[in-house]
Amino acid sequence: MRPISPLMTKDLIAQHNLTDDEYKKIVEILGREPNITELGMFSVMWSEHCSYKSSRVHLKKLPTTGPRVVQGPGENAGAVDIGDGLCAVFKMESHNHPSFIEPYQGAATGVGGILRDIFTMGARPIALLDALRFGGLDHAKNRHLVKGVVSGIAGYGNCMGVPTVGGEIVFNDIYSQNPLVNVFCLGIAHKDKIFLGTAAGVGNPVIYFGSKTGRDGIHGATMASDSFDDQSEQKRPTVQVGDPFTEKLLLEACLELMAGDLLVGIQDMGAAGLTSSSCEMASRAGNGIDLDLTDVPRREPGMTPYELMLSESQERMLMVAQAGKEEECIRICKKWDLDVAVVGRVTGDGILRVKDQGQVVAEIPAKSLADDGPRYERPYSPPGYQDMLTNLNYDALPDVKDASAALLSLLESPTIASKRWVYEQYDHMVRTNTMVRPGSDAAVVRIKGTNKALAMTVDCNSRYCLLHPYEGARLAVAEAARNLVCSGAEPIGLTDCLNFGNPERPEVMWQFVLAIEGMKDACEYFKIPIVSGNVSFYNETNGLSIYPTPMLGMVGLIESADKTMTQWFKQNGDVILLLGKTKEDLGGSEYLKVHHHREQGSPPLLSVEAEKMLHDFMLKVIHDGSVQSAHDCSDGGLSIALAECCISAPDTRRGAVIKLGLDTLRLDALLFGESQSRVILSVKPGMVDRVLNSAWDSGIPATKIGAVGGDRFVIDVEEGQWSEGCHIDLPVDQLYDRWAFSIERTLNGT
Amino acid sequence: MLKIGVVIFPGSNCDHDCQHIFKNVLGQYVEMIWHKETLLAGLDAIVLPGGFSYGDYLRTGAIARFSPVMGAVKGFAKKGGLVLGICNGFQILLEAGLLPGAMLRNKSLHFICKDVSMKVENAATSFTSAYESGQVLKIPIAHADGNYYTDPVTLASMQANAQIVLRYCTPEGKVTPDANPNGSLDNIAGIINAEGNVLGMMPHPERCAEAVLGNDDGKQIFLSMLESLKGNKKQLKMIPA
Repeated sequence: MRPISPLMTKDLIAQHNLTDDEYKKIVEILGREPNITELGMFSVMWSEHCSYKSSRVHLKKLPTTGPRVVQGPGENAGAVDIGDGLCAVFKMESHNHPSFIEPYQGAATGVGGILRDIFTMGARPIALLDALRFGGLDHAKNRHLVKGVVSGIAGYGNCMGVPTVGGEIVFNDIYSQNPLVNVFCLGIAHKDKIFLGTAAGVGNPVIYFGSKTGRDGIHGATMASDSFDDQSEQKRPTVQVGDPFTEKLLLEACLELMAGDLLVGIQDMGAAGLTSSSCEMASRAGNGIDLDLTDVPRREPGMTPYELMLSESQERMLMVAQAGKEEECIRICKKWDLDVAVVGRVTGDGILRVKDQGQVVAEIPAKSLADDGPRYERPYSPPGYQDMLTNLNYDALPDVKDASAALLSLLESPTIASKRWVYEQYDHMVRTNTMVRPGSDAAVVRIKGTNKALAMTVDCNSRYCLLHPYEGARLAVAEAARNLVCSGAEPIGLTDCLNFGNPERPEVMWQFVLAIEGMKDACEYFKIPIVSGNVSFYNETNGLSIYPTPMLGMVGLIESADKTMTQWFKQNGDVILLLGKTKEDLGGSEYLKVHHHREQGSPPLLSVEAEKMLHDFMLKVIHDGSVQSAHDCSDGGLSIALAECCISAPDTRRGAVIKLGLDTLRLDALLFGESQSRVILSVKPGMVDRVLNSAWDSGIPATKIGAVGGDRFVIDVEEGQWSEGCHIDLPVDQLYDRWAFSIERTLNGT
Repeated sequence: MLKIGVVIFPGSNCDHDCQHIFKNVLGQYVEMIWHKETLLAGLDAIVLPGGFSYGDYLRTGAIARFSPVMGAVKGFAKKGGLVLGICNGFQILLEAGLLPGAMLRNKSLHFICKDVSMKVENAATSFTSAYESGQVLKIPIAHADGNYYTDPVTLASMQANAQIVLRYCTPEGKVTPDANPNGSLDNIAGIINAEGNVLGMMPHPERCAEAVLGNDDGKQIFLSMLESLKGNKKQLKMIPA
C-alpha cells in the first residue's frame, strides 16, 4: 500500500460524514485501518445519497412488479413494456442541493445526470419533465434561483435535443432556503436490447469514455447528504459544471456502441463518479475490478487517487466490453471526439483494486462499498405540532365575499398561473413527437413507428403531505393517474423522487414512513408499479425542513394516438359536465393559503374506489369519442379548473356560462375547495344524455353545469343554506391576462 | 425517388427530424452525411438541420463552417444544388458565407420555443412554390440566436431581389414589430441567395409537417423542394442577380 496517507483522526472521519460505528465497520471489513483514498470511497458510497441507508428498509414495501415491468428498481432506470417490442425507460432524480448553491449548473447537471441514466440503459431519451419548488417570488433571491434553474434546464436540455415537454412548479416560502429541482426523463428502448450496469465476464476490459476527469464535484454525494446552514454557499466547488455538447456526443456514441455486439455492461459516472460506477458494476455481477488510474483522462496534472476516485466531473461513462472488442469500442468513441481509455479488467475475486503508477492505492471488496453499507431503522414519531396543523375551525373563517376578486387573485398566484414564461424557454418540440405541449393535464408524445403515444405527468401536493403524509401521498398517486386518464392514457408505471428533511429527526422519518405507506396502498389499489426512484433527504437549512415532497412521475399508454385528449374547451355550444362530488374540502387548499394565509386543515379525503371508477369511466368515454375535453380539478378547485378550460388552449380562448347550486356548502368550498375525484368534461350537445347515463350507470356522480361560448366567464351560484350565492361575470381576456403573464410580470418587476 | 442528404454535425439535434420528414412522411431516400465527409455524390438536395453544432459555445455556426463537409456543400451549392438550412443550419449557412448577414442573440436574451406566424413573401422559389404568395403559416421557432442582422446595402439589395422569402407577421399577415419574436431585422424569418438555390430559415418546418402533431403548415416547404427537383416547378420568377 502507498505509505503516504494521513493518520486517521476523529476529525478526518467526521469530515467524511462517517459515524464512529460506521468507521468501525469499515475497519472490520478491511481487517485494517483504511487509507485516505479508501476512506473517501467508503464515505461517498455509504452516504445517504448513494446507500439509501435510512430509506432502504421502507422502500422495500413499495409495489414494484406487474405484467408490464421489464426492469424494476436497482438499475439506472426502470422499464415497462409498451408493446411492439418496445419499452418505456424512465426515472426521476433530484438535484436540490447543487441547484441552491449554483442554480444554473445545479439544474443543468441534474438534467445531464438523468439523461445519462436513461441512455445508459440503451434507450434514446425522448422527453424530459421538471418538478420545481421555490420560495415566493417576492424575494429577490428566489427570483434569482428561478431564473437560474430555468436557464440551466433550458441550456442543457435544449442543446441535447431532448424536449422538455412538461412539469410543474409550486411556490411556497418553505422552499426559500431549499428549492427542489426534480428532473424526470423517459426514453424508448427495444425490449431485447436493454443494457445493465454489470461487470460480468472475468478478463473483460473496463473502458472509461466521455469527458476528462477534473477536480469538480468532489464529495458532491456527501454534500447532498448533509443539511445546509448559512455557510452553504461556500460549498460551491462541490457543484459540477455541465457540458451538454459533450453529453450529446456521449449519447450518440453510447447508442452506436450499443447497436453493435460489443458491450457486456455500462454505467454512467454520476454521484461518487468512478468509485460508484466501478464498485456497483462489479458487485451486481459478483465480480471484482482491477482499476488502473494511470490512464484515466484528466483535466489537470497532479490529481491524487483520492480526487480521481471521488471526482463527479460530468459526462463520463464506464463500460465493460467483450474481450477483444476494445478496438471497435475505442474507434466509435473517437469518432465522436470523446476521450477513451482502457482502465481496468474484470476479476473474479470480488475486490475493487485501484492502482496508480504501479502502486495499489485502494483494495476494497466491491460488495462492501455498493451493498453492505449501513442500514438504519431510524426512530419515527409524529411532530408535536401535527394536531395544531390539522385542527382548523372553519366557523372562524369568514366565507368569501368578493368571489370574482378571489378568482382573479388565485389565477395570478404563481402556483396556479400559467408557466408559459418557463416552458417557452425549453425546446418542447424537438424530435417531432410532442402531441400535447406543456399546459394540459399531461404531456403526450407519440411513439414513431407505432400508433401509440405516451402521456407523462409529475405531481405532488406537498401541503397535503405536510398535513397528512399518508393521505398526501395517496392523493399524489391519485392526481397523477387522473391527469393521465384525462389525457386518454392508461397509467402503466411510476417513478418517485422522495424529497424530505433530515431523517435523523423522528418527525421527518415519520413523514417519510407514512408517505411510503400511502404510496404503497394507492399504487397497489390502482395496480401501478413503481419501477425506479430516488430519495433526497437532508432538505433543510438552519434546522427548518421542507414540506414532505414525495414527487411522482407517472407514465400512461395511449394505444391509439388519435384518442389523445386535452383539457381545454374545443367548441362553442358544447355542454359542460362535472363528474364527481364537491364536498366541504377547504383543508390544505391553495385558496386557504392565498386568501387566509393558512396552510392548515385536513387534506381532502380520497376514496380509491371512487377514484378508480372515475379512471375507468374516463378512459371509456374518451376512447369511444364521446368527449371533447377533459380536465382534472386540482389546485384552486372547481372555478379555477373551469377557468383553465377556457384560457389554456394554445391559440383560442373561449367563454363559458356555468350554473351551480350550493345546497349546504360554503361558497368558498364550492368554488375553491379541492375535493378529489372530480373532472370537468365538455361534450357535444347530442352526446350529453349518453355520457350522463353512462356515468350514472358506472356509479359516478355527474351533472350538467353549463355551456361553452361567448367571450365572458360567467358563474352563477344560487342561494344555499349558508350563503346567498354569487354572480361572477368576467371577460375571458381578463382572466387570461391575469393568468398568462403573472409570472413574467413578477420576475421582470413590471 | 430523390436522394436527400442530411448533414450531421457534432451537436446537430434535428437531423433525425429532417430524416423522418423526407423518408417516412414523403417517401424519399435520405442519406445521413457525417460532417467529416468531403465527397457528396448523387445527392439531389442537402439539408443542414437544426441543433447546437459544437455546443454553440462560440458564435452559432462559427465552428461548424470549418467542418470538412462544408467544402462539398459549397461546391454543391455553386453548381445550383438545393441547400436548405433550418435554424442552426441557417446560422451555419451565414457563417459559411452561403447567405449574407449574421445572427445576434434574441432581443429578449432568452431561448424562445413557441408557435409564431410567418408570411410567405415570395412563393416563386424552389422552397416555397407550393404556397401562395402572402400565405400566412403557423410554425414553431426554437432558438436563442435568431435575431438576423445585415448591413443596409445588403438589406436593400435583398429586398429588391425578393430574397426575403419569409417574414414574421401577425396571424392576420401584418408585418409589425410586435409580431417579431426575436428582434430580427425587417422581421426576417428566412432568406434565399440571389441564385435561388440556398434557403436559410429560423422556424422549423419539419416540426409542423404532420397532422398528428396538430399542424402541417410547414410540409409544403419540403413538397416545394421535391416538386422543383422533379422539374414540375411552376414558373419561377426569381430576378437574376
